[in-house]
Amino acid sequence: MSNLHELSQRLMALDDRITACMKCGMCQAVCPMFGASGMEADVARGKLALIDNLAHEMIQDPEAVADKLGRCLLCGSCQASCPPGVQIMDVFMEAREIVNAYLGLHPVKKMIFRALLPQPSVFNLAMRVGAPMQGLMFRSTGAPQGTVCAPMLNFMLGDRHMRPLAKKPLHVRHGALDERRQPGGIKVAFYPGCMGDKMYVDMAEACLKVLRHHNVAVFMPKGLTCCGIPALSSGDADGMVKQMKVNLKALDGGDFDYILSPCGSCTSTVKELWPRYAGRIGAVEKRKADQLAAKAMDINAFLVDVLKVQPAGTPAGNATSVTYHDSCHLKKSLGVVSQPRAVMAANPAYKVVEMAEPDRCCGCGGSFNLFHYDYSRKIGQRKRDNVVASQAEVVAAGCPACMMQLEDVLSHNKDRVRVMHTVEIYAESLK
Amino acid sequence: MASQALIRDFEDLIGKENVFSSEADRQSYSYDSAVLAPVVPSLVLRPTSTEQLGVCVKKLYDNGIPMTVRGAGTNLSGGTIPDNTDTVVILTNGLNRIIEINSDDLYAVVEPGVITAQFAAEVAKKNLFYPPDPGSQAVSTIGGNIAENAGGLRGLKYGVTKDYLMGVEFFDATGEIVKSGSRTVKCVTGYNLAGMLVQSEGTLGIISQAILKLVPPPKASKALMAVFDEVQDAAEAVAGIIAAHVVPCTLELLDNNTIVRVDDYTKAGLPREAGAILLIEVDGHPAQVADDAEAVERVLKANRARAVHVPKDAEEKFKLWEARRMALPVLARCRPTTVLEDATVPRSQIPAMMKAVNEIAAKHKLEVGTFGHAGDGNLHPTFLCDKRDKDEFHRVEEAIDEMFDVALKLHGTLSGEHGIGTAKSKWMEKETSRGTILFSQRLRRALDPKGLFNATKLVGI
Repeated sequence: MSNLHELSQRLMALDDRITACMKCGMCQAVCPMFGASGMEADVARGKLALIDNLAHEMIQDPEAVADKLGRCLLCGSCQASCPPGVQIMDVFMEAREIVNAYLGLHPVKKMIFRALLPQPSVFNLAMRVGAPMQGLMFRSTGAPQGTVCAPMLNFMLGDRHMRPLAKKPLHVRHGALDERRQPGGIKVAFYPGCMGDKMYVDMAEACLKVLRHHNVAVFMPKGLTCCGIPALSSGDADGMVKQMKVNLKALDGGDFDYILSPCGSCTSTVKELWPRYAGRIGAVEKRKADQLAAKAMDINAFLVDVLKVQPAGTPAGNATSVTYHDSCHLKKSLGVVSQPRAVMAANPAYKVVEMAEPDRCCGCGGSFNLFHYDYSRKIGQRKRDNVVASQAEVVAAGCPACMMQLEDVLSHNKDRVRVMHTVEIYAESLK
Repeated sequence: MASQALIRDFEDLIGKENVFSSEADRQSYSYDSAVLAPVVPSLVLRPTSTEQLGVCVKKLYDNGIPMTVRGAGTNLSGGTIPDNTDTVVILTNGLNRIIEINSDDLYAVVEPGVITAQFAAEVAKKNLFYPPDPGSQAVSTIGGNIAENAGGLRGLKYGVTKDYLMGVEFFDATGEIVKSGSRTVKCVTGYNLAGMLVQSEGTLGIISQAILKLVPPPKASKALMAVFDEVQDAAEAVAGIIAAHVVPCTLELLDNNTIVRVDDYTKAGLPREAGAILLIEVDGHPAQVADDAEAVERVLKANRARAVHVPKDAEEKFKLWEARRMALPVLARCRPTTVLEDATVPRSQIPAMMKAVNEIAAKHKLEVGTFGHAGDGNLHPTFLCDKRDKDEFHRVEEAIDEMFDVALKLHGTLSGEHGIGTAKSKWMEKETSRGTILFSQRLRRALDPKGLFNATKLVGI
């Protein structure tokens, strides 16, 4: 794409969908970014207007529009509550891709999305080399969440409190899994996601434990990599497609009834985005992506809707109180709301208490957290306040990205609230 | 765009983080919820205290720079669209503190950027009630509500924003602070400038603080849905309820097109073949609620209601009101552009107005769905079109012109709750008089000699 006119022409493809915005401004009520900044350009109505203006060549500054588009967590709250039902997320994703094609992808992102992530062996090696080195750079924060920080890397990581990389990733612990299906039983492909594989390995182990408890056979092939959502969010559809192709190949030939992930973002990507973008690779991949999408399910939904896991009844007298954070992808994209709560309640040692605004975005937003850490923390603080006000001892989520964000904000506030995945809570109750 | 020197001055006065001069930022304050052409301001300011607001107004006045104040930008008549490209937009969302909620004396003091629904929720925590409930309350601001005299579903019994404004503090065009009203129920000190600020649409002053009346919440309520074969019967039932001297808190009408569209979308099992439905809620003391509900039911049946349905529990009641809440969103999903109008007539004239709206839409080959606060005579005929289709949009404009002609002939008004702005200013003389326009302009010039406050709005200056 060589000139602005061509850019505007490509954006005109979004015109029909943008015109549907009646500029009522109701997105202001639910947008976490607007809640933190109060700026019209940060809310869906403002962004849609700017994309529209760029399409109609009323603004000739694609970099400014790209910058505004980047100030969005892609939580989908605006779309979920948009009165005229504008497909805001699709418009934003496509606009990011078009504007990015004009501006060009940052070399670091290009390297990560197109060279590192589509090569699982290189990606895994980089992480394995990095894991033992953490001791040199990171030190414990002393917070109950078990987080570390890296003052020497402040220029790169900011003042983040985070979970360290696992010494031994899931795929190293288990290798490739292709368990025999029990007669008449269920077999699932388990997609742990990058964080389940490399950071929240205990959570992924809890998922495997639960599946085994229910006699579900597991297929976890070698060669899985990132689902592609970080690349797509950065406007790099090519990078996302490359990563998807690697995953499609790894999963090809597996005999399974469902593909499960403990990560709401990964599940949502497999279910909604892979089929939408697979046609760019070819008809065969499109068919494979469609088949996978039909089988894709959040692990909480699988446990409740398929395995019929139910709340245990009255919690024990000394039960630990746990509150639940509705991850955006789980609730707003996949409609998974009651199942994670039921999964937690299946353990009688826990009692579920609701926090205020449980479905308000925690502020992580994937790569948003990397580029807008100040706003991410500000948005996260509201979530932290709601968690603390619930007086729960544990906060659970169905998405490791949210868990990472919750740990960061709670750790910074020195709150004595542990962060767990819903399935970890259920797994504790199983022998 | 404003000069670099002016931008630097404001950055010194209110902080760099509250001065927005980039083209992208300015473009995002070029519109509001009205279907009108955008106008990009020269600068956007966000004062965070009363003092900063005063400093901004004074500096702009001294430099002869036009200004438009903006809350959430939800108004439907263009009141927050800049007058021209020299205009500076002043945001109120940096002034968003609830200063006091007084449970003993039943009032609250708030800054203009406080969001209506959040304010109502805070008040409710103290078992108090702030009744005005504009459809945009989840995002609209108290300052905007006052400037537009926002109404809502509860207007019939509880009135609108003006009925809850006890006092106001504002800046005039020169940057002087002005105060009117008090924390007392009775106050006759000086001119009623608070009343003057109501529905002034940012033309007379910029509100910095408001004293709002609170009331005890109703103890009980009961909802009913009445089904009519003919919209005229429903309209006559509305007039009948008022004539029977029963005042429900809410009395809403949905016409057939709206019912069908809502049912298509929600699958709520609404009576699709009905000409219209009325959704009614009475509230107050439990005994009064029972009496009122009975009286309403009698009037409904006397006006040929085919069925009167009383929700059996809270869940069913919620679904009933959900149907009403979904009216605009569902209509808005039908076509790219939604032109929501605000024709309002005396309640006895609702049958004639409903008939005229449908005839005008048919004549111009337009789709219209009508719903609204029938108990107030405040209807929202909603034209569905595509503003990019110039012929169709022109027909919408013609239809709206004709609709207002009818409303005025029926002794109605141009706007029940959406304001005049620039969208309806051309009609002002027709509803009022030449003298009214001249008087209003003289008033404006006296208070704003340089014509800097929303100069093109309402009656012009």
